Amino acid sequence: MEYLIGIQGQDFVLVAADNVAAHSIVKMKQDQDKMFKLSDKILLLCVGEAGDTVQFAEYIQKNIQLYKMRNGYELSPTAAANFTRKNLADYLRSRTPYHVNLLLAGFDETDGPGLYYMDHLSALAKAPFAAHGHGAYLTLSILDRYYRPDLTRDEAMDLLKKCIEELNHRFILNLPSFSVRLIDKDGTHDLEKLIPVGAK
Amino acid sequence: MALASVLQSESVDFSNYGRQRHGFASGLYEAELGLESVGGDRLSFALSTSCSNGDGPDRKIEFLHGTTTLAFKFQHGVIVAVDSRATAGSYIASQTVKKVIEINPYLLGTMAGGAADCSFWERLLARQCRVYELRNKERISVAAASKLLANMVYQYKGMGLSMGTMVCGWDKTGPGLYYVDSEGNRVCGDLFAVGSGSMYAYGIVDSGLKQKDLTVEEACDLGRRAIYQATYRDAYSGGQVNLYHVHSEGWTRVSQSDVLMLHQQYQAEKA
Repeated sequence: MEYLIGIQGQDFVLVAADNVAAHSIVKMKQDQDKMFKLSDKILLLCVGEAGDTVQFAEYIQKNIQLYKMRNGYELSPTAAANFTRKNLADYLRSRTPYHVNLLLAGFDETDGPGLYYMDHLSALAKAPFAAHGHGAYLTLSILDRYYRPDLTRDEAMDLLKKCIEELNHRFILNLPSFSVRLIDKDGTHDLEKLIPVGAK
Repeated sequence: MALASVLQSESVDFSNYGRQRHGFASGLYEAELGLESVGGDRLSFALSTSCSNGDGPDRKIEFLHGTTTLAFKFQHGVIVAVDSRATAGSYIASQTVKKVIEINPYLLGTMAGGAADCSFWERLLARQCRVYELRNKERISVAAASKLLANMVYQYKGMGLSMGTMVCGWDKTGPGLYYVDSEGNRVCGDLFAVGSGSMYAYGIVDSGLKQKDLTVEEACDLGRRAIYQATYRDAYSGGQVNLYHVHSEGWTRVSQSDVLMLHQQYQAEKA
């Protein structure tokens, strides 16, 4: 019922997540932020089982920050993604696996932008675009059709809006707003929340 | 209903996953929590625990969250309103249960789910809050107190704890309200209702809070009315409405009103 999406451009990564924190059939909170800042240029988007999401994401966040304190430099997005996946994998066959689905988005000085897809079975894939949740079924084909590696920021934003409009049109559950952030060489930028209006 | 089947598949996903997880440890009493729909498309707020002893058949014990508790922030602090009925199946075990736990003079916790779980863990929280005060020479914030509770119960996730509580207080950032439960949820917000009667309470408070700037009197009336309406419709809520107000000086017990008296009062007002 939650939704995450990421789109990688030539020199940026655009990510969005819905804002609903649901419990059974009630929206307990309508402005929940599902993005966790791992460092200035790395964001972790996390959805899944209640409790596991925040606990796992904060665990990774604090460990990334600890690495920086100990070694004087930050982990690259690739290293952070692999570290996250390793933790998921280690816990997978324990008595307390983390049932979380993740998108990690970051910008590296040498490698450029990167988007990493991870799921609760600790799969890891670097992808130009990705989505999690029931909404992914509806939007991945749109991304397949219209994505190009040389998207500008505005074009990527339009593509994101297309996806969200499709959710608004076809998805059975109402997701009233989405947080949007953009990562590029200058860091993480908060963009305006996307609020789809009206039903077509 | 299409919606119920979507939700059914979503919740069954998690609870089946939990069962697989515990399947690796054989011979131990394992219990997991899942919100499952019971019997076709009827959704009930039953938490079920399953005992699987090795190859034994799954037996389900149902603990019903028969209660309505609510809390909301407003201009002058936080209003906390709860009912007082305890049920064992369809038998009313008590009509005078205290569902608000006084953690310390400026923090309150509400009780929904297992009474023992709620009062034990919140008492433990009270102890931790006191330790924090002694160590740091200042009051603990509501955010920190709720995080302590959430982290404590997260360690027991999947082992059968049943607790849905709201931590309400006033700290140096103003009024604070957090929902914490035994599944590991911890959410900050302006309004929460927890329990089998929560839906009915949401309806009243949502529509009542639309007009901004409530006075303390109006806010208390809204909380009381919401619990009353929930007890009217929900068989598992009833007894008395206990109302608390949290403000900058701490919490005050505002009133205790019998639901049947409220019924007569509201009926008379209608006439």
